[in-house]
Amino acid sequence: MAYSDKTRRLFAGEIEAIKEKGLYKEKRFIWSPQDAEIEVEFPEGSSREKVLNFCANNYLGLSSHPDVIKAAHDGLEERGYGMSSVRFICGTQDIHRELQDKVSEFLGMEDTLLFPSCMDANAGVFEAILDAEDVIIADRLIHASLVDGIRLCSAGYDTFKHMDMKHLRKKLELHSDKRQRLIVTDGVFSMDGDLCPLDEMCDLADEYDAMVLVDDSHATGFIGKKGRGVHEHFNVIDRIDLITTTFGKALGGASGGCVSGRRELVELCRQKARPYLFSNSLAPVIVSATIRVIELLSQTTERRDKLEANTKYFREGITKAGLSVREGATPIVPVMLYNAKLANDMARDMYAEGIYVIGFFFPVVPAGAARIRVQLSAAHEKEHIDKCVAAFRKVGEKYGILGLDKKGIIEKYGT
Amino acid sequence: MEEMKEAVLEYVIDEYVDEDDDIEVAFDTPLISSGIVDSFSMVSLKAFLERKYEVKLPDDEATPEAFDTVNSIVALVSKHTS
Ligand SMILES: Cc1ncc(COP(=O)(O)O)c(C=O)c1O
Repeated sequence: MAYSDKTRRLFAGEIEAIKEKGLYKEKRFIWSPQDAEIEVEFPEGSSREKVLNFCANNYLGLSSHPDVIKAAHDGLEERGYGMSSVRFICGTQDIHRELQDKVSEFLGMEDTLLFPSCMDANAGVFEAILDAEDVIIADRLIHASLVDGIRLCSAGYDTFKHMDMKHLRKKLELHSDKRQRLIVTDGVFSMDGDLCPLDEMCDLADEYDAMVLVDDSHATGFIGKKGRGVHEHFNVIDRIDLITTTFGKALGGASGGCVSGRRELVELCRQKARPYLFSNSLAPVIVSATIRVIELLSQTTERRDKLEANTKYFREGITKAGLSVREGATPIVPVMLYNAKLANDMARDMYAEGIYVIGFFFPVVPAGAARIRVQLSAAHEKEHIDKCVAAFRKVGEKYGILGLDKKGIIEKYGT
Repeated sequence: MEEMKEAVLEYVIDEYVDEDDDIEVAFDTPLISSGIVDSFSMVSLKAFLERKYEVKLPDDEATPEAFDTVNSIVALVSKHTS
């Protein structure tokens, strides 16, 4: 037997070490469709609780929208269940092309290529377009999937301090001898809700002859007046060279992602990106539903407007309740607690109050910057948000942190 | 050696610490295991050392452990310069 007791103990020991460090991820089960109100089994085996969901990426509340479900049914009826092929062999239907065209139009880009996920888009895009003569210059807090993609690529890379344009300038200067420079950033940073200042970034890109890639996974569909993304918000739509984004969050939330941008760069991905070439095509059900989502969002900004109003309402309420939140304008609102145990304990107490939120701490966020991340959705009604704020007030009171700033909380709990 | 320590410390503070972070960094402060420098961003430190001290640090030696303090970084670089 190749999986001997000794081998088993080796791996079991590794799992124990994860538990000892407090990094073990418990299983959680949702028994209902994804929505503002869900039914959760947590911990595993316990009775189901009806809770309000404030930790999904269901920003526009489209995950269980009737029109989207209908479009998925139509896709299933008209184009079948699976493709059983990668895109370039026999895995591309007319609707895959239609979705690519719709995404290009929605984002204001020249061309688009679908991937099984945005993780795959990020894993494939760099290696497909750059080589050892080039350099990638990335924000230090970019998403893990971009980090992996950059590491898979033969181009050199360097990083700059989070959203620090002076530091980026220094790095662009340092690498001015390379063939091509590619600046890489998230549009909205998922842990902080920060918006990358793409206008300043594009100015620097012009000055130092660099291309810009933005991962807009936490922005597509709702940031910008028409919901096109962070590039719309900063009015730099035609100055962005590549966007990667996901259909797994605001755009219906099933799965799938894409690379969208300059024609030649997208074409190189079609020829060379390994997750595109070697992983199965997106299922017709998802393609059909995502097409419908983009049509919905192109017709009316109602849902992103409601999300914006919800975000404002929550940010005002939580601040008035005396909790310390990271300033910003996105529906990602980090309630800052600095101490990992405090974040974990408070999240557990929030769950007991019927509010489903999660504590985040090192290494997911920088050491000493533990938090509970709250995510708003257009599926939330005012009553939901009131209930969430009231629960934060009650739990915050219990831990004696209401009205305390960063210094106050750290004095009380440490980091 | 002392000079190299000072230069590396200065680079680390300049490159990785924000003005509004109240973090004190000394020669023996853990950098990677404490989260001041993450393994993704370590690359600029390696490039700085290679440029400034005209060495090539092999990937299997430029590990997060070897880069964890200014002291250990200087020990690694010294090994390759002498
Ligand atoms: C910024 C960012 N990029 C990419 C991804 C991955 O997207 P997908 O779920 O489509 O692989 C995520 C999801 O967590 C993300 O937050």
